Amino acid sequence: MTTRAMAPRRSSRRRRREIAGWLFVSPWVVGFLIFTAGAMLFSLGLTLFDTDLLIETRFIGLRNFAKLSGDRLFLKSLAVTGTYVALAAPLQVAAALAIALMLNNKKMAAVGVWRTLYYMPSIVSGIAVSLLWMWVLNPDFGLLNYLLGVIGIQGPRWIYSEQWAIPSFVMIGVWAAGSNMLLYLAGLQGIPTPLYEAASIDGANWLQRFARITLPMLSPTIFFNLVMTLIGAFQVFTQSFVITAGGPNNATLTIVLFLYRKGFEQLHFGYASAVAWVLFVIIMAFTLVVFRSSGAWVFYEGELRK
Amino acid sequence: MTARSVATPVVKTQRSRLRRVAPWVFWTLLAGLGSIIFVLPFIWMVSTAFKPRWEQLVMPPVWIPSRIEWTNFISPLQRQPVLRWYGNTLTLVVFNVFGALLSSSLVAFGFARLQFRGRNLLFIVLLATMMLPGQVTLIPTYYFFSRIHWTDSLRPLIVPAYFAAPFYVFLLRQFFMTISLEMDEAAELDGCSIFDIYWRVILPMSKAALGVVAISEFTWSWNDFFGPLIYVNTPIKFPIAAGLRLFQTRSDPQIGQTMAMTFLSILPLLVVFYSAQRYFIQGIVITGVKG
Repeated sequence: MTTRAMAPRRSSRRRRREIAGWLFVSPWVVGFLIFTAGAMLFSLGLTLFDTDLLIETRFIGLRNFAKLSGDRLFLKSLAVTGTYVALAAPLQVAAALAIALMLNNKKMAAVGVWRTLYYMPSIVSGIAVSLLWMWVLNPDFGLLNYLLGVIGIQGPRWIYSEQWAIPSFVMIGVWAAGSNMLLYLAGLQGIPTPLYEAASIDGANWLQRFARITLPMLSPTIFFNLVMTLIGAFQVFTQSFVITAGGPNNATLTIVLFLYRKGFEQLHFGYASAVAWVLFVIIMAFTLVVFRSSGAWVFYEGELRK
Repeated sequence: MTARSVATPVVKTQRSRLRRVAPWVFWTLLAGLGSIIFVLPFIWMVSTAFKPRWEQLVMPPVWIPSRIEWTNFISPLQRQPVLRWYGNTLTLVVFNVFGALLSSSLVAFGFARLQFRGRNLLFIVLLATMMLPGQVTLIPTYYFFSRIHWTDSLRPLIVPAYFAAPFYVFLLRQFFMTISLEMDEAAELDGCSIFDIYWRVILPMSKAALGVVAISEFTWSWNDFFGPLIYVNTPIKFPIAAGLRLFQTRSDPQIGQTMAMTFLSILPLLVVFYSAQRYFIQGIVITGVKG
């Protein structure tokens, strides 16, 4: 009797919840359909057109991609971005990890102050950092070359040198990698102390404890940071736009700067969209490689219980 | 014999005390020395902002200005509408923080608390879009906003915040999941509607997580440079991040002024950071990357 009476009410309650669920998530769904899925389709379509203010938009098939593969400047931007990523991503991941390991130490005074100071550069992103470093890296009057001079090193011409411009950007990137550090700190604090105690009783030294406990337990965090840092590094833009304007001699012409110039200075939307898709495919490929490799080196605690 | 047995423990305690204090001193010194790298550029910036011109480009650098040069601040403020830029950034930040809080908490509640068909698939799609580089959607989005004549205004920088950013949704959902379902059931028995549960039960219990979203969105909106660069052309409509670019000089080094304006532009950010530090750290603990 009761169950019978309950049944319709229950199903109407479920239907209400179903409708409510869709209503609640609708802001994201609508945004996704317009600004992500729709935009991506549109962008993909755009790559097939020649769009120029002077001539009429016309369908050219895959010729934008063909043109890209022979575009000297684009190939240069691939090399520049590749160099930056290869240097910046591992250094940012490693530097942030080293700092986090140091600051996770309880044998230290004013640890909160240090954490704040190391993290500070990462909240002041983009243009302010670029303007500041433009002068820190000034070869004649900059802080860095002054400090190097104090210890007897003649500093290079940094942002004005073809060879040193990208390493300069790498330095800025590492300087502002504090948000990664916080992630590691959170990860480190999640490692149960009994693990270390047990290892110490078994006579493990600090190196063994680091290699056998800290690194494996932290590997999911390292993995997450690596993926996010890679994706971010491939999109490097502000430094080269503000500090060097792509120079000297295109030594800092990154993919996104190339895209910006084609799309928003020369208004070749089709060509710029093709650049965006090449960048997208490169980023996805690298992300996929990292994901694939993760089985070999990322350790999930949950797997133990299986 | 007796003297010896007394002396040994004294030496021992001294040694063990040293052994306890030495690492403490070592690590503190190391952390302090390391922090110089991160702080020195800021100190140089502030000092340069207050330096007279003849002390700006000299080697070795002057750390403490011989006198405070207020013209570094006054002259750019007279030349450019810096206060308007501040106002524009404030508008941006207020609208965006409100939009981000509202939209992402609604969506996160849907994903965390309501059963509906396609929920898991949708959530996977949402996670995937977190990794999507913005450039792929940049040109169509720009095209869209220029077709509806919204360019050269702040609207293209505000409206997207009302469509729930995936990262915030993820963060809030993780937090909502930690709230016991019994709270919902109790509220329902008391006759609360689904919206009441969201508004009166879940939101008040999630102030910490909402604080994280507010702070992140604040920082992000404050710093956004690329958005204003492509959407806003008229200097009077610039947010501060875009306006700052007009002080970039390579040839005529008025770096005192440049640093003064850079300092002004990040000052509110630093203040907010110091007063809300715990939210920065909490956000990372909530998301708990291990997912």
